[in-house]
Amino acid sequence: MRLPTRRSPAVQPVLHGATWWTNGGFDLRVGVQIDGLAVMMMFVVTTISLLVHVYSTEYMRDDRRYTHYFAALNLFTASMLLLVVADNTLQLLVGWELVGLCSFLLIGHWWEEKPNGDAALKAFFTTRTGDIGLLTGVIMTFFVVERATGQGSFDIMAVNEAALSGKVGHTLLMMTALALLLAIIGKSGQFPLHTWLPDAMAGPTPVSALIHAATMVVAGVYLGARLYPVFYEGLNIGGGGINAMAAIGGTTVIIGAALAFVQDDIKKVLAYSTISQLGYMVMGLGVGAWTAATFHLFTHAFFKANLFLGSGSVAHSGSHHSFDMKKSMGGLKKYMPQTYWTFVIGTLALTGFPMLAGFFSKDEILATAGESDYQFFKYVGLAGAVMTAAYMVRCIYLTFFGEYRGGQPDVHGDDAHAVEHGHDGPHESPRLITGPLWVLSGFSILAGYLNAPAFGIEKFKEWFEPRVAFPETLIHPEFKMADAATAVVVVLIGYALAYAYYWPKVLPQNLSERNGLARAGKTFLVNKYYLDHLYTNVVVGGIKGPVARAAYWVNQNVIDGVLNGVGRGARVAGKFTYAVIDQKGVDGAINGIAVGTGEIGDATRKLQTGRLQFYALMLFICVGLFGLALWLGH
Amino acid sequence: MDWFDSWGLTLVVFLPVVGMALVLLTPRDDERSLKGIALATTLATLGVAVGVLAKFDYDATSKLQFEVNKSWIEVINSNYHVAVDGISLPLLALSAFISVLCVVYSWNHWPEPHNPEGLPRVDSPARDGDERHVRRAGPDPLLHLLRDRPAPDVLHDRRLGGPNREYASIKFFLFTLFGSALMLLGFLALYFKVDVDPSMAGMQHSFDIVALAAAGGSGLVHGTQLLIFGGLFLGFAIKVPMFPFHTWLPDAHTEAPTVGSVLLAAILLKLGTYGFVRIALPILPEAAKSWAWFIGLLSVIGIIYGALGCLAQTDMKRLIAFSSVAHMGFVMLGISTMTDFGINAAIFGMVAHGLITGMLFFVAGSIQHNLHTREFSRLGGLLLQAPRMGWILGFCAMASLGLPGLAGFWGEFPAIMSAFSPANGLSEVTFRTYMVIAAVGTVLAAGYLLWMLQRVAFGTVKDEFKDADIHDVSTTEWIAWTPILVLIVVLGVYPNLLFKITDGAVVQMTDAMTKVIGG
Repeated sequence: MRLPTRRSPAVQPVLHGATWWTNGGFDLRVGVQIDGLAVMMMFVVTTISLLVHVYSTEYMRDDRRYTHYFAALNLFTASMLLLVVADNTLQLLVGWELVGLCSFLLIGHWWEEKPNGDAALKAFFTTRTGDIGLLTGVIMTFFVVERATGQGSFDIMAVNEAALSGKVGHTLLMMTALALLLAIIGKSGQFPLHTWLPDAMAGPTPVSALIHAATMVVAGVYLGARLYPVFYEGLNIGGGGINAMAAIGGTTVIIGAALAFVQDDIKKVLAYSTISQLGYMVMGLGVGAWTAATFHLFTHAFFKANLFLGSGSVAHSGSHHSFDMKKSMGGLKKYMPQTYWTFVIGTLALTGFPMLAGFFSKDEILATAGESDYQFFKYVGLAGAVMTAAYMVRCIYLTFFGEYRGGQPDVHGDDAHAVEHGHDGPHESPRLITGPLWVLSGFSILAGYLNAPAFGIEKFKEWFEPRVAFPETLIHPEFKMADAATAVVVVLIGYALAYAYYWPKVLPQNLSERNGLARAGKTFLVNKYYLDHLYTNVVVGGIKGPVARAAYWVNQNVIDGVLNGVGRGARVAGKFTYAVIDQKGVDGAINGIAVGTGEIGDATRKLQTGRLQFYALMLFICVGLFGLALWLGH
Repeated sequence: MDWFDSWGLTLVVFLPVVGMALVLLTPRDDERSLKGIALATTLATLGVAVGVLAKFDYDATSKLQFEVNKSWIEVINSNYHVAVDGISLPLLALSAFISVLCVVYSWNHWPEPHNPEGLPRVDSPARDGDERHVRRAGPDPLLHLLRDRPAPDVLHDRRLGGPNREYASIKFFLFTLFGSALMLLGFLALYFKVDVDPSMAGMQHSFDIVALAAAGGSGLVHGTQLLIFGGLFLGFAIKVPMFPFHTWLPDAHTEAPTVGSVLLAAILLKLGTYGFVRIALPILPEAAKSWAWFIGLLSVIGIIYGALGCLAQTDMKRLIAFSSVAHMGFVMLGISTMTDFGINAAIFGMVAHGLITGMLFFVAGSIQHNLHTREFSRLGGLLLQAPRMGWILGFCAMASLGLPGLAGFWGEFPAIMSAFSPANGLSEVTFRTYMVIAAVGTVLAAGYLLWMLQRVAFGTVKDEFKDADIHDVSTTEWIAWTPILVLIVVLGVYPNLLFKITDGAVVQMTDAMTKVIGG
């Protein structure tokens, strides 16, 4: 009953479910929805998770909390799969939060050092801020279905069908899409909530590869792909021009790539690169390139995991557990040939070198943008491609070329290992590390051939694109030699610029030290656009500091002040009643005024020993007033 | 077994009173007997409660079960009328359950050991018993006098608590009495003004909740309804506690012994919210509808304000106390929407908050027991010194911030959701604004709880406690805590365990309200 349009039985989603909870007289279900998209994600998650586990057995050997590490890693994998197979948005939300928890645990794995704990908290808070959108968005998906069918539901198929049915008001769809977009911004490191992702590099490197490059951070993109009809209708993606999703994605492409140029930490280069690449995916969804965006998600997972694990290999065996390219690396090519070559393959795939994975997926996003009414974003993508090529060449140069700059063992999180093995110089990593690197390099080369229109292959689209409850007007661009050529030229320009700067040093060096404008630009970048300053000091610091203190001051002084005032007032009234009216007035009339002051003192002391009398008094006053009001009301 | 049907509830209510009497008769230095009696009584009570759970007909949760209706004070048509339905059953179970665990915990956490004033268990069974009176589906409102008898609470705080306990207990007492006075007047007004169905209640005037709810406020002009509701509102809102009637709570928690805090958070606070669900809303639906925007407003203020209050704390226990204000804000938001979704969420939230916050107070108590401090500036590195306790704290913090998959989520999410589409006649714009504010509150909750976790559990041990003799979770603590931890997970993974109990009764109640307020 949930699948009115049946076109091709072969791609019918497999649905299973059971009652999860009951509310308002009807059942809400928990279940699985296995379709092409889910299968694709399951393949990515399980494959990379396996490789990361293998890699970690060596990388995390002798870690202070080896069991915790693997427990959290497995909980992560389970939660991610829960998210992927969810057949309703609420279950997706559950998985979403659980992967956030695992991310928190693993970023803060070495919680003894405060910066790691800070990074973990920052990641959790920032994504939680985005989750305001997820929470409200998921709630609204329920009502989207209610508007279309009369009966609310979180069911993803039902939501998508309702969004496409034309029976739901555009405002509601737009609000839903915007709320969910906020969730994507938080989880998938989009501008302006991307700041947690570079800090998340405080966690162990395999975690960065698995969670903060290949799987968890693409959960946002997955959400966008899963509920695509909601975004498609709500943001009017088919209409061309500009929309929030494409704009956010496009901004992130450039913002992230620019920051990658000024990082000295190799993992942070890769983190900003990830932000930039996630920007491509979100932009792709925003310009109607569903297949291209999910395809890029697929290929990116492999080559970015490859690069992260490569950087871990460098730190593990080449740079005394430091990730600082300028201080501890350089010239590692001859010591670590396998790491070097796999890193180069990953880089070529990422930058879009012809015939490698990134070339096919990234170009498809650009081609779709070019063929639809989103010309502008095609140029954004091309600009991003130049920058990607350049910063990755810079990264390779600083790590693998030049003179070896590593000195004494540097204290980093996983230092215990270094002492035990008595490293005395850079060397190649063991097979448990290089093995996964080669496997991922293989994927980095081959993954793109799932969808290579140039060769007439469109398997990715055929296998993974939904056939039911999906916008029918999506564009699938033809392969155009001119587009491909442009992309290749752009990438080569990027390589050439970086090469010219670093190897023959023909471009002006140290520009930022001589030119004020360049210096200002660099300072701006080094300070990460001052966003961290804004969030940490102004927003969080403000709420935690002055705002919270002010609220507490109100609590202690205003509210309790009123309360204590009432108490004191009652006491004064009581004293007055007793001392003046009762003792002086009533008693006075009988006994005269010859009452010793001591007696009054005694009486007053009695009153002060317990305040119950005053409460009782208040009680009667209140009851009296209330009774009066009732009587008058009658 | 007919005998159990008619005596089960009475047993569950009065067994703890018997326990109290026995404890009072036991010499105060005979610690073993005191503990033994307390444990035996609470276990027996739990046993009866389990019997009620087992015999409860889950296919008819909207029906009053185990009903006893005997004439009590004939001249005012007041009956001894007790029963349970899907709304009260979870709270009955929670009360019986938590009491046992509190006694178990007390086994090795005897406050101020061998202090002649240390009579920690004198009051608790009595308190639980009193509360169960109010938990009945159809008790006589006059019984509320029994509940508000102040002595147990005062004793509770004054004998055993912290340095400022006099102020705290007096303040609590003042608040409660103030609210109760108005509530009592409200009940009297209901008695005299509402025309109940004589075939149901025997006379035209009655205190019977069932009869009053069936009348739905008929015979009252709107202005009078509003006034009466205002009186009830104050009585319940103080107990919840809602902003701005909450300031007794942090003080009471800060001064109370651990078990006192657990009982306060897990059981006592629910009287207020339960009162709204059971008494205020069904009896005066029209007034509730007029007041709903205001209750919703105070709820979301409480959510944000409670979170801000937490962020300003330097004392771990006081932080947890303030978090109750925020959590009960979610519960009250659900109630204020007057929808089945919101009220189901509220009942789930009551149970979840009872388990999670109770558990947090247990952990805070054990930390204080070990280190004799709760100041964040002195804590740190708990995960190094007592890793199990540290992870339990982390688990509870996650549960408390509403992590899906744990119980807290199911109190929060449907409550927030219900605000999107409140009952007919309530302003959608207003409540959707509340929805967004409440969603922002979940971020702040993550903020203060993780911040607490970081300062207590992460980092390294401070120098002054480097050589401290720290005990990780002890056997009695495991016995007391494991059931709560398991329940937090079980209810989080399969929330239907609770929703399927409450839903029938809640739907029946909201349907009845809809008939009155229109829809």
